[in-house]
Amino acid sequence: MTAAFLTGADAETKVPLKRRLKQAERARQLKALALVVPLLLFLLFTFAGPIAGMLWRAVDDREVRQVLPQTVAALANWDGKDLPDEKAYAALASDIQAARASGTLAIAAKRLNYALNGFRSILTSTARNLKTVPAPGTAKETLDKINPAWRERTTWTTIKDASGPVTGFYLLAALDLTRNADGAIVAAPPDQAIYRDVFARTFLISLGVTLLCLILGFPVAYLLAALPPGRSNLLMIFVLLPFWTSLLVRTCAWIVLLQSNGVVNDSLRWLGIIDEPLRLIYNRFGVCVAMTHVLLPFMILPLYSSMKAISPAYMRAAASLGAPPLTAFLRIYLPQTLPGIGAGSLLVFILALGYYITPALVGGAADQMISYFIALYTTETANWGLASALGAVLLLATILLALVYGKLVQGQQVTGGMKN
Amino acid sequence: MSDNLSLRTPSQRIAWTATIVISTLVFIFLIAPILAIMPLSFSSGSYLTYPLPGLSLRWYDDFINSPRWMNSLKNSMIIGVASTLLSMVLGTLAALGLAQWKSRFKPLVLAFVLSPVVVPGVITAVGLYFFFAPIGLTGSYLGLILAHTALATPFVVITVGATLQSFDTNLARAAASLGASPLYAFRRVILPLILPGLASGALFAFATSFDEVVIVLFMAGPEQRTLPREMFSGIRENISPTITAAAVILTTVSVILLATLEGLRRRNERLKGSSN
Repeated sequence: MTAAFLTGADAETKVPLKRRLKQAERARQLKALALVVPLLLFLLFTFAGPIAGMLWRAVDDREVRQVLPQTVAALANWDGKDLPDEKAYAALASDIQAARASGTLAIAAKRLNYALNGFRSILTSTARNLKTVPAPGTAKETLDKINPAWRERTTWTTIKDASGPVTGFYLLAALDLTRNADGAIVAAPPDQAIYRDVFARTFLISLGVTLLCLILGFPVAYLLAALPPGRSNLLMIFVLLPFWTSLLVRTCAWIVLLQSNGVVNDSLRWLGIIDEPLRLIYNRFGVCVAMTHVLLPFMILPLYSSMKAISPAYMRAAASLGAPPLTAFLRIYLPQTLPGIGAGSLLVFILALGYYITPALVGGAADQMISYFIALYTTETANWGLASALGAVLLLATILLALVYGKLVQGQQVTGGMKN
Repeated sequence: MSDNLSLRTPSQRIAWTATIVISTLVFIFLIAPILAIMPLSFSSGSYLTYPLPGLSLRWYDDFINSPRWMNSLKNSMIIGVASTLLSMVLGTLAALGLAQWKSRFKPLVLAFVLSPVVVPGVITAVGLYFFFAPIGLTGSYLGLILAHTALATPFVVITVGATLQSFDTNLARAAASLGASPLYAFRRVILPLILPGLASGALFAFATSFDEVVIVLFMAGPEQRTLPREMFSGIRENISPTITAAAVILTTVSVILLATLEGLRRRNERLKGSSN
């Protein structure tokens, strides 16, 4: 509106044509942008906002602060070298009693227990045995008597570390790291250090599936690109039908095929190859087979389009210059498919990294990928900080790979444009 | 035809034969599981094994007479259609805008618009779960429709955007010079030409919502369970032939969508061919 009004006003004062054109163009651009804005606002509400909220939860740390406010305040100036002073003990005793009265102690206990196993029982036993407010000057003595843990510096540094309002605790935990009593970042105790394994497993499964897709997809894409269009369109149905078939249907189909009295085992037994049914599902093998099946079309399609763009004249030229077929393939054909290989592999790898449904249904306990743990901590144990931190790490990996993918595909489009 | 048929050397012939053999095996790998599950849904027995003891429609009967399955089918349709309509409006507007917008921020905006496709489903689901729960949008149809729309809109932007790329803007200018209002020009000139693109966008959007399960898993209450969600719990608990009947129904929907899409593509190619 404003832009249109301005153009009208300027036209009356006879501004040069060039400027008027420029203004008209600017109005057009604003109109174009206005068409995009509804979607941007919508995505802000249904996508970006929620994800930003999740990232915030990965560092948000206000539970202890809300439940034990006086203790947090008393510990603010504590240097963490020796045990805190009497004032901190008195604050804690008062906080615990207040929290018990309002029923909020469990919130702080849950958070502190994440950082130090057994903190829940320290707090509950203290609360149970703390009958009255300790007389002035005797808080330290009283608490020490109730639970010897209050004589440990670690107990207090745990509270101080969890004082918020923000923390790196969950992010460190997601990488199997923790802070020791002196505040240095060290490896987490072995019984809590599982996430590096989970990340390594997620990467390994994704990488394996990507390689399988590439090995299986390359000849298919080559065949589809080499055949005349009529026939390749027909064969393309074999790629597109699974692509369009529901993920649940395909996962279900693999269970039917691979279970111990399933089609595959029965056929093998009937053929006399095996006597006992093989364990083909609810293990790593099943996960890799089902995921490869689901993701293979995502490899074949980019490979196909990159191969389709390669002119057969190059291979003919190589042959006429005396290159043996293998040399021509390796030196002429393969390098030209590299953008397709890169794009397909990255796409499959990115999609595989975030997989949840297929491993959840056909994998065993040792095959669950990072998404499973994010879901578990969100819905089952309600450890939202850790779920968010694991999500943040997965998101970071995805974004980095997606940026590389973006660059690669963009480059491909440029070269594709030049060839046409 | 192609130069593969004029293979010169024996080694080339071997390589070509190997390609055909491997590809055939991969095609079997891709299609066999989907085909294998179909006959089981017509089995008269209750085990998912071959050979079938006999043929019957009892599992389809089971599906149709189960309020749980029918409710999930109804939910899938409601949520699918609603999020398709919403994503069509938002996505088409954005695609029209992006086609005209020239700015160095355009790649950034485009990346943002397309990002719901790339971000792992669990992350979107967890974010939405935290975000929608306090405002009462979890366990509601509206929440699921909004979430599915966010996932489906990128496909609309891509397909409609691709159609607009081959659209000759001179036609719109011609309409304007002949006195058509922008809205009239859109309705009578632009819309008919980009209609195939809109249709495939709608199909993609519907398929995205119809197949989505992670977000439903986090956000749906018992009332809003969709067909994939019902299948998920069915597979977890124990696979009954009713699930295979549901799978056949879902696959039929996919085949219809795919066939429609292929028809649109052919029509489009024919139109392009005739204009040249």
